[in-house]
Amino acid sequence: MSLLEETNAAGGTPVATPAPGPATPDVIRSAKPLSRGRLIWRRLTQTSRFWAGAIAIAVILLWAILGPLLYPYDATGRDPLNMGLGPTQLHWFGTNNIGQDLYAQTLVGLQKSIVIGLIAGPLGTLIAAVVGSVAGYLGGVVDRVLVWCINLLLVLPSFILLVILSPLFKGLSWVFLTIFIAGFSWMIMAQVVRSQTRSLRDRDFVKAARYMGVPMPTILGRHIIPNIASLLIIDATLGVVASILAETGLSYFGFGIRAPDVSLGTLLAEGTSAAVTRPWLFVFPAGVLILTLFAVSLIGDALRDAVDPTSGVNRD
Amino acid sequence: MAFYIFRRFVNYFILSAIATCLAYVVASLALDPASKYYGRNPQPSQQTITNILNGLGVNPDVPVLERLWNWIVNLVVHGSLGNTVGGTSVVDQIVSRSGVSLRLLLIGSVIGAIVGVTLGVWGAVRQYKFSDQVVTYGSYLVFATPTFVIGVLLMIGATALNGAAGMQLINFTGEYSAGLSGSWWDLTADRAVHLLLPTVALVLIGAAGYSRYQRSVMLDVLSADYIRTARAKGRSRNAALVRHGVRVALIPMSTFFAYSFGTLVSGSIMLEIVFSFHGMGEFTLNAITQSDINAVAGSTLFLAVLVLFSSTLSEVLYAALDPRVRN
Repeated sequence: MSLLEETNAAGGTPVATPAPGPATPDVIRSAKPLSRGRLIWRRLTQTSRFWAGAIAIAVILLWAILGPLLYPYDATGRDPLNMGLGPTQLHWFGTNNIGQDLYAQTLVGLQKSIVIGLIAGPLGTLIAAVVGSVAGYLGGVVDRVLVWCINLLLVLPSFILLVILSPLFKGLSWVFLTIFIAGFSWMIMAQVVRSQTRSLRDRDFVKAARYMGVPMPTILGRHIIPNIASLLIIDATLGVVASILAETGLSYFGFGIRAPDVSLGTLLAEGTSAAVTRPWLFVFPAGVLILTLFAVSLIGDALRDAVDPTSGVNRD
Repeated sequence: MAFYIFRRFVNYFILSAIATCLAYVVASLALDPASKYYGRNPQPSQQTITNILNGLGVNPDVPVLERLWNWIVNLVVHGSLGNTVGGTSVVDQIVSRSGVSLRLLLIGSVIGAIVGVTLGVWGAVRQYKFSDQVVTYGSYLVFATPTFVIGVLLMIGATALNGAAGMQLINFTGEYSAGLSGSWWDLTADRAVHLLLPTVALVLIGAAGYSRYQRSVMLDVLSADYIRTARAKGRSRNAALVRHGVRVALIPMSTFFAYSFGTLVSGSIMLEIVFSFHGMGEFTLNAITQSDINAVAGSTLFLAVLVLFSSTLSEVLYAALDPRVRN
């Protein structure tokens, strides 16, 4: 997109337009400038990627919620007459070797994975926002200690840390798994928030608030965080993808969701042994998972472009 | 420059050492090594269990910091990481298994980086053209696919290919064909074929990340004044792109290499298990399921050393590319 199109698309009609009415023929008024939020929204709704992702996600969400209600089989019941069958009209995604319906199981697993992603992604962003903005705003010793902790947490891959910690949430509900996933997914974003906060800290409006005696939490909540909100929204969106990936990875290797709970990760783990001989047991849950994550990443990427149109625009 | 790199190395060394100690403490608190003996039939006497746990140095009645101190002393003085619950030495296990893991990780990440950087530069130069779009959406697809799913899908594809060819074109289970004998060349070729699919999977993961990052950095560089200056003084387009563009765009990439290394390590651990390689990945995950504290600590030490080397390497790369750091 060239710069010219950008201006037209973004700014509405920035060119001065004569005001109507004969009373003030000489005064030239320009259109009211768009607020930043409206601007981003307008850019966003003009990208096809956003719509593709948003519609796909809406359909997937509706499907996950309504699908089980509109389908005669449930996830645990067995159909002894149709064991280990491929997709049929009766069982849309086929059945496993004890006759459980894979379509019903996939939808239940999808629900669980989506819920975990929707909680853990934004939760990780929240931690990143708090830690990053406090470190960046306070500076000094607090900053150094927090940055050091972040670097320490980044030494070992978070997948390994979660696996080591997995015995702790072994007997507990999936909520704890979700919290642990969020607890190891905020470090890089916290660094970004920190550097943004450091540059915002010396702006006049923040200084003014500080000299007026506004307490730090209020300054962070009212002046710092809103100014990096767009970054945080992107991170929360992509965090959903990362959290679902973490959950499926852990569950796949037996460290995450455990029976009787079902997630896409446990379904894929069960399907793997038969992946070559009875591929539907693996391909259908995998396809649903990939589709979901792909749709969310499209939205995240469209958001990134809408927030910062110069990233990735060749101004040659 | 040597001083700069040395300082960074010391910094990473301290971080890795502390991370390993923390991992030891966390593993000691999270794992219960006694439980597996209580589950045995006939159940060993309490005295026997205590003796076994003391022999391994993992008795939960001893304070965890004291156990950590013993572990460190043992490592520094004797170069030993203790024994696994199976009775074998952890160091021996790591020595015999690390080759498999390092081979996969090294080949995969190097090829992944080369492919990713090339695709990123190519995509930036041909921005919004069809090929750029294909690479972009392809990398999103890889991001949206869990590593183990990439592995299993490659296996399904290879099986279909073998079926179509009517012969075992691509072997993928295990690290080599069991019972195969022949010349050195035959054995190496057999290992290479087994390594093919996991390497392809790892390259896909690496290249997807690197290409996105390289593309956006390269786009920033392309719009910089010095590229225009280089063109204006008469450099050809390609020379300006490579000498002034790619070289500068690689500087932030060198930091990104270190960041993304963790992703590749966890990816290769998952792939090892999917393809039944007897490497460090299998060792680590088995250690957790068997509540084997020494083995977990040993494998985290191994990982920390890997991270230490990769971070230092990326600093060396950074210093080599960016003359400002050297002074």
